Amino acid sequence: MENSLLSLFVRSIFVDNMIFAFFLGMCSYLAVSKNVKTAIGLGVAVTFVLAVTLPVNYLLQRYVLAEGAIVEGVDLSFLSFILFIAIIAGIVQIVEMVVEKYSPSLYNQLGIFLPLIAVNCAIMGGSLFMQQRIGLDPSDPKAITSLASAFVYALGSGLGWLVAIVLLAAIREKMAYSNVPAALKGLGITFIVVGLMALSFMCFSGLKI
Amino acid sequence: MSELFSKNNKDAFLLPLGKNNPVTVQVLGICSALAVTAQLKPALVMGLAVTVIVAFANVIISLIRNTIPMRIRIIVQLVVVAALVTIVNQILKAFAYDVSKELSVYVGLIITNCILMGRLEAFAMMNKPWPSFLDGLGNGLGYAKILVIVAFFRELLGSGTLLGYDVLGWAQQFGYQNNGLMLMPAMALIVVACIIWWQRAHDKELQEK
Repeated sequence: MENSLLSLFVRSIFVDNMIFAFFLGMCSYLAVSKNVKTAIGLGVAVTFVLAVTLPVNYLLQRYVLAEGAIVEGVDLSFLSFILFIAIIAGIVQIVEMVVEKYSPSLYNQLGIFLPLIAVNCAIMGGSLFMQQRIGLDPSDPKAITSLASAFVYALGSGLGWLVAIVLLAAIREKMAYSNVPAALKGLGITFIVVGLMALSFMCFSGLKI
Repeated sequence: MSELFSKNNKDAFLLPLGKNNPVTVQVLGICSALAVTAQLKPALVMGLAVTVIVAFANVIISLIRNTIPMRIRIIVQLVVVAALVTIVNQILKAFAYDVSKELSVYVGLIITNCILMGRLEAFAMMNKPWPSFLDGLGNGLGYAKILVIVAFFRELLGSGTLLGYDVLGWAQQFGYQNNGLMLMPAMALIVVACIIWWQRAHDKELQEK
């Protein structure tokens, strides 16, 4: 059991990386990766929100939306989009208020990013992948079978996202000094760099623990 | 009639198709643009779905724009979009089950697609329904255009087919090989980078300093 949690954790950071394997949260990834400091801020915020919302959505899926969970023979899973996004938007709002009240310094660091995170595809994507993975066979290393594994998956995906954005930000800081063709400057070269990074992350694909 | 197609309305529709393309210029909605483009068919369906959803979400938000309280506008927008996406998802499941399986979580992720939030915030919140509809249609089609271009090259070079029909099979007897790398997620980024490169080389105004 512990072994499979560790395996899930490592896999979700490196193999099923949110950015390089699924392109989730790409918009903010490209927009906020100009320097390492803000990249770390956003990465931490995404990890935090994922780790809070995903277990809640797991419970929701398990005990409300799944077939026969409330009333025998009623499948409510078509409501999952609306409920997941409502939960995410609501929790982000609550987290924002709590952080503002109890830790103003953290609020100042994360402040601008928190409201944006509600519409970050990585958060919603995490919940939707979780919904898919519940149905998998428990022996599959990707399966999410308990609240603990949902939390571990959220943490791993968030950290994977954090690693990806910090790496890109570091590269872009250096790249400011290089001589890039005029038409590729800015967005174009960033796409190529991310593409090359994704290629190099492909070498983790056979990873087993 | 002439009022319906005034200069401003035409711009709202036509600019996103070229000069102000949502993907290559505004950098919105990258996640799904990259993830669903390994084949042409899911890319077409995805482009169509997003076009319909942006157009109608724009109209609905534009109709109720004066009654939405500013503080909770993001949640209101999310709920409207989530409802539309749920409808589209059910329709896809009913009439195009294979494609909806292939698109998997990315249909749900239309909710957090930045094009939607971007257009709702920037256009529908301050314009009348008809221009909003045109703007949504234009942006949806601009997005679909990029998706189709990327998917065309990835499917043609990656598996030698178009829409599932064999195109390059005859060349294999002369030693032609399909490039499996094109089907990997990493190459989607590079193909988009090439499109950006091409567009900016032709249109100097778009180049970044």
